[in-house]
Amino acid sequence: MNEPFLQVRDLKVHFPVRTGGLFVGQYTPLKAVDGVSFDLNPGETLGVVGESGCGKSTLGRAVLQLIGATDGVVSWLGTDLTSLNKKELIAARENLQIVFQDPLASLDPRMTAGDIIAEPLRNYRPTLTKAGRRKMVEDMMERVGLLPRMINRYPHEFSGGQCQRIGIARAMILRPKLVICDEPVSALDVSIQAQVVNLLMDLQRDFGLALLFISHDLAIVRHISHRVLVLYLGKVMELADKAALYATPRHPYTQALLSAVPIPDPTKERNKDRILLTGDLPSPINPPSGCVFRTRCPRATSVCAETVPELESAGEGQEVACHHWQD
Amino acid sequence: MTSVLEIDKLTVSFSTPDGAVEAVTDVSLSVEAGECLGLVGESGSGKSQTFMAAMGLLADNATANGHIRLDSMDLLSASEKKLNTVRGERIAMIFQDPMTSLTPHMKIGRQLAEVLIEHQGVDKETGRRRSREMLDRVHIPEAERRLDMYPHELSGGLRQRVMIAMALMCEPEVIIADEPTTALDVTVQAQILDLLTEVKDDLGAAIVLITHDLGVVAGLADRVAVMYAGRIVEQGTVADIFAAPTHPYTQGLLACTPRLDVETEALVTIAGQPPNLQNLPSGCSFHPRCPHVFDRCKAERPSLENLSNGQAKACFRAAQEAAE
Ligand SMILES: Nc1ncnc2c1ncn2[C@@H]1O[C@H](COP(=O)(O)OP(=O)(O)OP(=O)(O)O)[C@@H](O)[C@H]1O
Ligand SMILES: Nc1ncnc2c1ncn2[C@@H]1O[C@H](COP(=O)(O)OP(=O)(O)OP(=O)(O)O)[C@@H](O)[C@H]1O
Ligand code: SF4
Ligand SMILES: [Mg+2]
Ligand SMILES: [Mg+2]
Repeated sequence: MNEPFLQVRDLKVHFPVRTGGLFVGQYTPLKAVDGVSFDLNPGETLGVVGESGCGKSTLGRAVLQLIGATDGVVSWLGTDLTSLNKKELIAARENLQIVFQDPLASLDPRMTAGDIIAEPLRNYRPTLTKAGRRKMVEDMMERVGLLPRMINRYPHEFSGGQCQRIGIARAMILRPKLVICDEPVSALDVSIQAQVVNLLMDLQRDFGLALLFISHDLAIVRHISHRVLVLYLGKVMELADKAALYATPRHPYTQALLSAVPIPDPTKERNKDRILLTGDLPSPINPPSGCVFRTRCPRATSVCAETVPELESAGEGQEVACHHWQD
Repeated sequence: MTSVLEIDKLTVSFSTPDGAVEAVTDVSLSVEAGECLGLVGESGSGKSQTFMAAMGLLADNATANGHIRLDSMDLLSASEKKLNTVRGERIAMIFQDPMTSLTPHMKIGRQLAEVLIEHQGVDKETGRRRSREMLDRVHIPEAERRLDMYPHELSGGLRQRVMIAMALMCEPEVIIADEPTTALDVTVQAQILDLLTEVKDDLGAAIVLITHDLGVVAGLADRVAVMYAGRIVEQGTVADIFAAPTHPYTQGLLACTPRLDVETEALVTIAGQPPNLQNLPSGCSFHPRCPHVFDRCKAERPSLENLSNGQAKACFRAAQEAAE
């Protein structure tokens, strides 16, 4: 049995949100992440999908302890990250990196590409000589498809796709074991998206790293992931191997999500069966009782309003939280 | 059928501190009643500016040349006063961000009614009644109650519906939808696309759908135009463009779009970067990224040629192959 790599157990992140009312200073917990559990292994990619506001970014940040967890365990190589002090956490972060959605906004505009990529080296490899650092940065730039001669340029002199490559180079320079990618290609044109996705997959293969790939694009997630976690209002609706999730989605929400993705083929797109969900996402401050999906679910019955469905096995490598997945 | 809106050799350029930027070059397009024209292309390719010109909404530093005809009226040379009577009445625009058309601190009912009061001189009561009917029509639940709400009190999907309702108030002949679902979740996008299909079928309006999402175009458009670096590089029926794209850029775009219906090993990419408008490549603007480039592409610009099936493309490749 392998050493457990990343184990997340019953993770909760509740934000205190001021709610109106007569009394000033009334706070209600907004359950952005509410009891999420999963494992991640070396060399594996877990895709995290769900609609805007379902808690994807909060989950990613809470795993890295960039946001404090309200409850639960994030066990990294056997150590609970939530129990570490600041110094221990900084040490652990050497192996835990993140790539953000907005390529330009996540890079310091006053630093050159070279300095941005070298920053982790300065912090974690202080004994490295200047020349040694420069060599590593140039090699990494080459690896992610940037011309090393652009090392002294500033972020605004790069295109969106190139900025994302700088962000990836920075995240990869220490050869981390786990990288969290929060919508890394959402802001890019499709032609550039494909380049960046291929780069991430190559780097994963070469370095054997684990990826937590957050995206609302189900087609890209299918391409890059080994397993997929479907979130809705901070809760896991389904967690399954990629093949199972896309071939035989069991949760009504997964089914609706998949059926809503437009297919770039006029004949297929116009003739496919679509499960149209009515209404919008409920407010996370006041989520529905029982199953949080029930207000939009075509299969909901009275039990769904009363009892929270637990994740249960729906076959090999597939877990689903629904009272009626077998109906 | 005759075209409702016809764009003829449109060129839009912006004067900037770094010199002139030509964002739209020699674009000709038309759209008929009851038809949906999809306009696709990468960010910055000139999709929005083409139709901002039609709406008379170009920025102050812009110069537009060519003709944009709505029936017999030339919108490009029309006075601001004349444009004001046409905008919202005969041609309306739906944006990605509903808040660009909605006023934040005005009740929804009043905003909708105002369009009718301004263009058709109806009284307040009629305005309110027809506003409620329009909210019903775009399937907004509890329409009566929504009339007295402010835009920020609605979800993104509902706000988008309100904007569509506003665009429909005068039953315009032409609706320009610029990335109408890009900011929405897929489940809500599906609802809005259904609504647009309904609008096209029931109202017989001409719809221009600007998007970078080929899946959205596949579901809604009858014809498709593909833009690259300010020019139309290919045009045809939705069936032809998807089944038999002829321009290498269209082919690349289709190939690199990840899709749910087919499993692929590695994603196909288009090499290189989108072009810099201020420093366009010689000849065909796509040539530095094109897998089929040959000498002529670097020296000469291919013009948009009509093919026998009504498709059109701007590429030398077929001519070259035929010659070989
Ligand atoms: N600091 C915060 N304080 C209060 N609420 C927050 C905070 N950060 C996030 N939230 C709320 O938590 C929920 C989850 O947000 P999160 O950003 O994780 O969603 P997401 O799935 O990443 O969405 P998107 O797809 O839009 O990026 C949302 O309702 C959001 O408004
Ligand atoms: N006021 C302006 N001054 C200078 N350049 C401008 C101005 N407005 C637009 N442009 C440029 O015109 C070009 C075309 O822009 P346009 O908005 O039409 O692109 P688009 O195809 O709609 O892209 P997107 O998919 O990002 O919306 C861009 O390069 C843009 O930077
Ligand atoms: S538990 Fe009920 S409401 Fe929730 S997804 Fe299943 S059927 Fe729908
Ligand atoms: Mg997010
Ligand atoms: Mg645009």
